[in-house]
Amino acid sequence: MHTVSMSRFDRPYLDDPPERLQLDVENVSLSFGGVRAISDVSYSCYPGEILAIIGPNGAGKTSMLNCICGLYRPQRGRIMYGRHNLVTTPPHHLPKIGIARTFQNIELFSHMTVLDNLMLGRHVHMRKNILQSVLYWGRAEQEEIRHRQFVEHVIDLLEIQAIRKKQVGALAYGLQKRVELGRALAMNPGLILLDEPMAGMNIEEKEDMARFILDINEEWGITVILIEHDMSVVMDISDRVVVLDFGLKIAEGTPDEVRQNPEVIQAYLGEEEPA
Amino acid sequence: MTIDTMPKMLRENAERFGNLVALREKRFGIWQSYTWNEYLERVRNFALGLHQLGFGRGDFVGIVGDNRPEWVITELAAQSLGGASMGIYQDSTPEEVHYLISQAVLKFLVVEDQEQIDKIVELWDQIQGIEKVFYYDPKGLRHYDEDYLMAFPEVEAMGAQFHDENPGFYQAQVNEGKGSDVAILGTTSGTTSKPKVAMITHDNLVAMGQGLMGVDAFSEKDQFVSFLPLAWIGEQMISVACGMAAGFAVSFPEETETVQEDMREIGPRIIFAPPRIWESLLSTVQVKISDADRLKRWVYNRAIRYGYYLANKRFNKEEITLQERILEQIAKFFCYTNILDQLGLRYVKWAYTGGAALGPDVFRFFHALGVNLKQGYGQTETTGICVVHSDGDIKFQTVGLPMPGAEIKIDDSGEILARGRMCFPGYHANEEATQGTITEEGWVRTGDAGYFDEDGHLIVIDRAKDVMTLHDGTKFSPLFIENKLKFSPYIIEAVVFGGEELPFVASFINIDFGNVGKWAEDHQLAYTNYTNLAAKREVYDLIREDVARTNADLPPAARIHRFLLLHKELDADDAELTRTRKVRRNFIADNYREIIDGLYSDKSSIDIESVITYQDGRQATIQVTLPINTMGDEQEVVAERNRVLA
Repeated sequence: MHTVSMSRFDRPYLDDPPERLQLDVENVSLSFGGVRAISDVSYSCYPGEILAIIGPNGAGKTSMLNCICGLYRPQRGRIMYGRHNLVTTPPHHLPKIGIARTFQNIELFSHMTVLDNLMLGRHVHMRKNILQSVLYWGRAEQEEIRHRQFVEHVIDLLEIQAIRKKQVGALAYGLQKRVELGRALAMNPGLILLDEPMAGMNIEEKEDMARFILDINEEWGITVILIEHDMSVVMDISDRVVVLDFGLKIAEGTPDEVRQNPEVIQAYLGEEEPA
Repeated sequence: MTIDTMPKMLRENAERFGNLVALREKRFGIWQSYTWNEYLERVRNFALGLHQLGFGRGDFVGIVGDNRPEWVITELAAQSLGGASMGIYQDSTPEEVHYLISQAVLKFLVVEDQEQIDKIVELWDQIQGIEKVFYYDPKGLRHYDEDYLMAFPEVEAMGAQFHDENPGFYQAQVNEGKGSDVAILGTTSGTTSKPKVAMITHDNLVAMGQGLMGVDAFSEKDQFVSFLPLAWIGEQMISVACGMAAGFAVSFPEETETVQEDMREIGPRIIFAPPRIWESLLSTVQVKISDADRLKRWVYNRAIRYGYYLANKRFNKEEITLQERILEQIAKFFCYTNILDQLGLRYVKWAYTGGAALGPDVFRFFHALGVNLKQGYGQTETTGICVVHSDGDIKFQTVGLPMPGAEIKIDDSGEILARGRMCFPGYHANEEATQGTITEEGWVRTGDAGYFDEDGHLIVIDRAKDVMTLHDGTKFSPLFIENKLKFSPYIIEAVVFGGEELPFVASFINIDFGNVGKWAEDHQLAYTNYTNLAAKREVYDLIREDVARTNADLPPAARIHRFLLLHKELDADDAELTRTRKVRRNFIADNYREIIDGLYSDKSSIDIESVITYQDGRQATIQVTLPINTMGDEQEVVAERNRVLA
């Protein structure tokens, strides 16, 4: 039997800590036929920060995220993550260079357990070959244990011990969101993209999620780019904010700067409500 | 040398059981074990670390946290140096923490994690005497630069180094310990006033362990899961005192939410839990069964009826025939074992309830399932237990016989008094309270009313202050009625009012949000939150049935005439319950005066304004209308009221 001793004081990384690189979005434009989704947008996301992308519906936020993770190919511009040009990188290579994401609508395997879903997130790091896996003993077993260890740290961070062996489909929505974040974390990313991580949650769930986002950022040192509708949350947790409107970048800066920007107030928050 | 202290017992166990498992903790999904040798080593290292930081004989260390090895390691380490530990309930509010740590001058505080540290940081300016705060879960603490914070392993490392340089020091410290030294400062539950701090000596702990094990012989082969707060004397009893005396393994669950699953994995042989745990286990079974398919329900109903039949025979000490034994085995195979397995009780050999009275219905239910559940009676001042049932001599209305080493008598006023080596020497720094509690002949006043039955079993009626005299002159215990109500899976808490100055018995009821919520969903009843659900007419009708069932078993004068469903759950954070979740009657009587008056008026509903304070200090006012339900004929009740009042 393998004795695996882990102290609460251990660092969570079994693999090397992920590389933290700067993301530079340079003059990116994206059209669908004649519809301009993103026009000439540039901004940077610095290693270790939480960057929020906000904007009204249809402003191009999710398109922006899809460009970064390679689901859409912008017609013009570059997206550089360190020395990798993400515009030409196939999406399935992204986890290898340390980028993970979650989706607006939960994309988990609902008939599998939480644990299995998280272990799947480790897939990209599995080294064993088919023969070793079939035999299991030896290297494959060792590796499985190491991956499980990593996943257990994710479970600990997100406080989902009690649902470890539950089927994902049977869980409450807020918990499923948390599991999805967990699967992204299991990839040991340097940059994590969160598409509306708090959509559809109640206040308590939102507060929990905000705390987890801060934790993964501060404790694990992961850079976060998030899209979010709930302005109060965005302003509370992000270091910087990029504001899009009709595919154009209309502002960029700290939450305070953005909050006072008249264009943002006009575009995002709308006209002042009559008292 | 006599083995008269906990650290000496630990040393002895390390010699006897060396590589057997002493502690087990689930962490990162895996049970991590410590042998007796490792346990001793960690205690020694932490003790020596504390010594280097200035901890010595007569000093106190406070502990706030969930049940983890570090909790008991701290306790034993302090005791090794001739000091004592004081456990503080981990869910205490900052004010409660402050109150308790100001009752005794603590030198150090050991806390679990950020949640607890936040309370301490908030209070730090008002705290006096605490020099360092040690934590054993570093999560979330990266930005905390308070210089009094120190990681638990750092202290252990200091101690390990000190041990290399002074190998005999620890042994000498342990040898100096005496049985009369204070081992723990136990906080009383504080049902009637603020909690007091009782000094419990090593002698008390040893005597309690010997007494209980004189009734039930635990051994090193037993298993125990420690899931109730270690600050509670009941948990100290089994986890520490009996664990040390018998040498069995104590397992700590991963999280509060995983207790049920962790229990199943360990399969404890001993379990000690207060009534609310047994009540909630019962509710779980009731709800699951009502959800099961018809075949399963049929099997369950047949089996449980037979179980009740056999349990009654055993209570009456009648002989069980061979045929009955065979049928029992069949019922076990098809029903009992499966239910007990789900609850994690499958291997339980000795189960105890204590801390408050358990309703007879709940008690009989577990006996019907074949659980050897016994009542224990005791309080912090008697180291948790001094009266208990022995195997084969169980009566559900009694709490059993005095344990070996304990004497019990009833004084002229009907109050229960206890004497023996498990009785504490006094409250810490509170001579006045000590004198009020311990008589000149050394009897501890329990504050409970009770009497002995014909077999010498003790029967506890209730807190002496709570026993009510009904207007027809009979004495009655509100607790008895409340426990009857709480047998329903839909009722989680009840507070019964009555007595000479009141015309009839009335009750507040707290619905069980989980179970009633589920019932509402099954009956397509939409609701938004607790308050909304508790105000539904359908829910009133549901609870009404339970009240009627309770009334059927009560003498007419004790029947509940009117009740209402409270708009909020009674909560320890609002000081309505103690940390062990006992109802604080006088506090509720004061705070809910308006609603109580309403119960005894001729109104059919009460409008109240309730102020809610959020965690961040914001306040909101909600307005609620509480309907009042009258049992039986409304006019008769009103007439009765007027007659009595006149």
